[in-house]
Amino acid sequence: MKQYTIPALLALLLAVLVFVSMTGAMNVYWQSVLMFMGINIILSSSLNIINGNMGEFSCGHAGFMAVGAYVSSVLSVLLFAEGSVFGEALLPPHLAVFLFPFILVAGGVAASLVGLLVAVPSFRTRGDYLAIITIAAAYIVKSTIENINAIGGARGFMGMSKVTAAMNTTADLPWMIIWVFLGTVFSVWLIRRFIFSTLGNGVNAVCQDEIAAEIMSVNTNQVKMTAFMVSCGLAGIAGALFAHVLGYVNPGSFTILKSTEVMVMVYLGGMGSLSGSVLSAILITLLMEALRPLQIIKWIVIPLLLVLLMQFRPEGIMGNRELSDIFPGLKKFYRLKG
Amino acid sequence: MALLEVKDMTQYFGGLCAVTDFSVTFTGGELMGLIGPNGAGKTTVFNLISGFYQPSCGDIVFKGKNTRGLKPHKVTGLGIARTFQNIRLWFDMSVLDNILVSQYYHLGYSLWDCFVRSNRYLRREAEMRAWGMEILEALDLAQFADELPGNLPYGIQRRVEIARALSTKPDLLMLDEPAAGLNSADVEGLIKLIAWIHKEFKLSIWMIEHQMDVVMSLCTWIKVIDFGATIAEGTPKEIRENPVVIKAYLGDDAI
Ligand SMILES: Nc1ncnc2c1ncn2[C@@H]1O[C@H](COP(=O)(O)OP(=O)(O)OP(=O)(O)O)[C@@H](O)[C@H]1O
Ligand SMILES: [Mg+2]
Repeated sequence: MKQYTIPALLALLLAVLVFVSMTGAMNVYWQSVLMFMGINIILSSSLNIINGNMGEFSCGHAGFMAVGAYVSSVLSVLLFAEGSVFGEALLPPHLAVFLFPFILVAGGVAASLVGLLVAVPSFRTRGDYLAIITIAAAYIVKSTIENINAIGGARGFMGMSKVTAAMNTTADLPWMIIWVFLGTVFSVWLIRRFIFSTLGNGVNAVCQDEIAAEIMSVNTNQVKMTAFMVSCGLAGIAGALFAHVLGYVNPGSFTILKSTEVMVMVYLGGMGSLSGSVLSAILITLLMEALRPLQIIKWIVIPLLLVLLMQFRPEGIMGNRELSDIFPGLKKFYRLKG
Repeated sequence: MALLEVKDMTQYFGGLCAVTDFSVTFTGGELMGLIGPNGAGKTTVFNLISGFYQPSCGDIVFKGKNTRGLKPHKVTGLGIARTFQNIRLWFDMSVLDNILVSQYYHLGYSLWDCFVRSNRYLRREAEMRAWGMEILEALDLAQFADELPGNLPYGIQRRVEIARALSTKPDLLMLDEPAAGLNSADVEGLIKLIAWIHKEFKLSIWMIEHQMDVVMSLCTWIKVIDFGATIAEGTPKEIRENPVVIKAYLGDDAI
């Protein structure tokens, strides 16, 4: 019975979210805050695989997010948006709801393939290069998008709100809330399965002693590639959700500032702690909203908080522990292994 | 066919010739020793055979396969496992997880299996766990399965390293100074353990060791190297009485 507690709670939470959004008990502002929170959870928990578990330093998460955002947006506009950039919609609108998960996955797959391109050269060399190569890759992605006029170039790309509108022809529900919720749960679930398997534990072995890992039969190169592709793929899914929540995207959303924001979440949560990444994504999203009235001063307060964090709790909120290490009672409700 | 055949292996580090024309043959089942003064090149021999370095010249043939160009994980997968002179466990991982990750080569499932928790995944994880616990129990480590290695006494950590090497299912186990840093009671236990492993797992063992009583009581054949060159080999008795060996260890004055 107990292993159903968490799925049941999640289903209940989703039902409540849908209900309060539909009745207007939760206003549009809070709906969007919650959706960005979900997207941030995906971003930080996926980057945590690289910067936390693997102990490498990837600085280009926003780039992979952009790939997912654009690929999925182009695909969904092509298929379901009437009369915009690509002319007639290819498929009837009532299919939008059913095909949207595949569109998200397509964004993820595209991002993870770009991740592969980055991983092949950078994991041949020593660790630090990944930082430089990922920054470069993020810039290349951004300026490529800026220079393709067919998808709007620097002005951005729109039409995705028509797609979300098309979903409503099937059933009048707050679809993006549902998708972001499912995407977030899916991502965390996937990462958990990966990182707590022996396959995924290879990532921790590489982090702790790469030479010992290689000599103890771990294919370290393959481990790093796999982890990087999983991480980038999920960033792509986050990007795809982001684009459809906003209804438009532009390259300006995927700057180094965005990558840094995600890195801050990982380090605040504690490197290598999945629950830490989730918690800190929630905290940072709320903090960003709370500090919004400060406008530009926000960028003084947030770095200041970081400096304080590094001073007084350098290991982050959770260190490298999980919630279930701190509250062993939680283990009753889910199995980490097997 | 010999298990391991090393022929005229030589390794240069810049101008330094760390290992010169080293040859050895394992047919299977022997318990061999490799000794020599500090800096003689013993660890380098192990590093070469485990694929960590590629020899400057010479061939290493394991089970009929030339290992030149193979990554270390492949070599280990073929059946050569080793321990390290300085303990190199993964210290942020439980003892059991250390043993599980070392079975990575024989994982037998894909990322997809891992995501969907396929039958293959569940079966292999259960098998690896069972094998891991079997090893831990055999080495009397089962009660430490969930501990972090860093919380264990040094002697136990050494034993966990041996367990980790064994979990890769080797045919040749190379131990780099397993007795280093152990107290005399632990050394007694270690001698018994190595003899027991040798008998129980039916594998070849090759050990580097500075403590002569360990080497002399366990090994049936000993090779001695000094400045990278093989200066003697033979039974423990022959080695003990060999003037060249005594000279290498004690210096010219001793003679
Ligand atoms: N990667 C390397 N680069 C350069 N020189 C090296 C390297 N590894 C080992 N050496 C040198 O090769 C020689 C042999 O070293 P090795 O570690 O094999 O000795 P050893 O016999 O294991 O000694 P000990 O008993 O102290 O462990 C030493 O002079 C050492 O400094
Ligand atoms: Mg040595």
